Amino acid sequence: MQIGLTHYLSVAAILFTLGVLGIILNRKNIIIILMSVELILLSVNINLVTFSTFLGDLTGQVFSLFILTVAATEAAIGLAILVTYYRNRGSIAVEDINMMKG
Amino acid sequence: MNVATVFFYLFSAIMIASAFMVIAARNPVHSVLFLILAFVNASGLFLLMGAEFLAMILVVVYVGAVAVLFLFVVMMLDVDFAELKQGFLQYLPIGSVIGIVVAIELLLVMLGFTQSDAAIGAGAAPIQANMSNTEALGLVLYTKYVYLFQASGLVLLTAMIGAIVLTLRHKPDVKRQVIAEQNARTRAGAIEIKKAPSRAGV
Repeated sequence: MQIGLTHYLSVAAILFTLGVLGIILNRKNIIIILMSVELILLSVNINLVTFSTFLGDLTGQVFSLFILTVAATEAAIGLAILVTYYRNRGSIAVEDINMMKG
Repeated sequence: MNVATVFFYLFSAIMIASAFMVIAARNPVHSVLFLILAFVNASGLFLLMGAEFLAMILVVVYVGAVAVLFLFVVMMLDVDFAELKQGFLQYLPIGSVIGIVVAIELLLVMLGFTQSDAAIGAGAAPIQANMSNTEALGLVLYTKYVYLFQASGLVLLTAMIGAIVLTLRHKPDVKRQVIAEQNARTRAGAIEIKKAPSRAGV
């Protein structure tokens, strides 16, 4: 049986669902939330590369490269904010992050 | 069942299982390690699809940089992660409802579309069979998408500056080197010549 477009898309869909589920289930732990965002971006990358391969067009891989860049910057900035926040408050629990609330 | 099919199922199964363990593991260090496993298997899938350059970049960027950054932060922060894990089961019902809805929507979209044969190879940058993936990607990336490429470089620069500005701090009691002050020292300000009388001691 030939592995086709639908197989790869199903895998990406399952990965995306797991990422969304991770954000909902680990609502207190912001590090796991960031990792779930990485999983979601990975599933988007798989989608783009799949279409790129099965449509015979390189544009999808170029876009995937840019998404990779943005994901890396997002992780770096997010973790830097997290470290700064931990220094100031001594906690990274999501429900403690309410200083901006009036 | 040929070799590619076997490897497709192997890579996808391990990737999905480790993605599940990322969100289910008790210890965040284990979560990061499972994230690394998921990325390695995703790069295996990319290899199966013929995107060799992206597969290698995925290993270099994600496993080499992002996952290690996560690991570093998890180990640096002294947080009671067991406490953060509480409420996992509390959100499980609504989480599974939302997850099932998302999965059904994605599957409906996926099974509902049809692909025209005319669409294959009709895109902006068709894949040529006579060159390697890296070569083809470079030919497109540095010509057609050069502005986007530069823009992504700027995004990375912004992230670098932002991360440094956010995490750098100066402790007040640590002596630091000020090069401008060192360069501005003159002989007059630095040394003083005292005339000591001879045969009188100091």
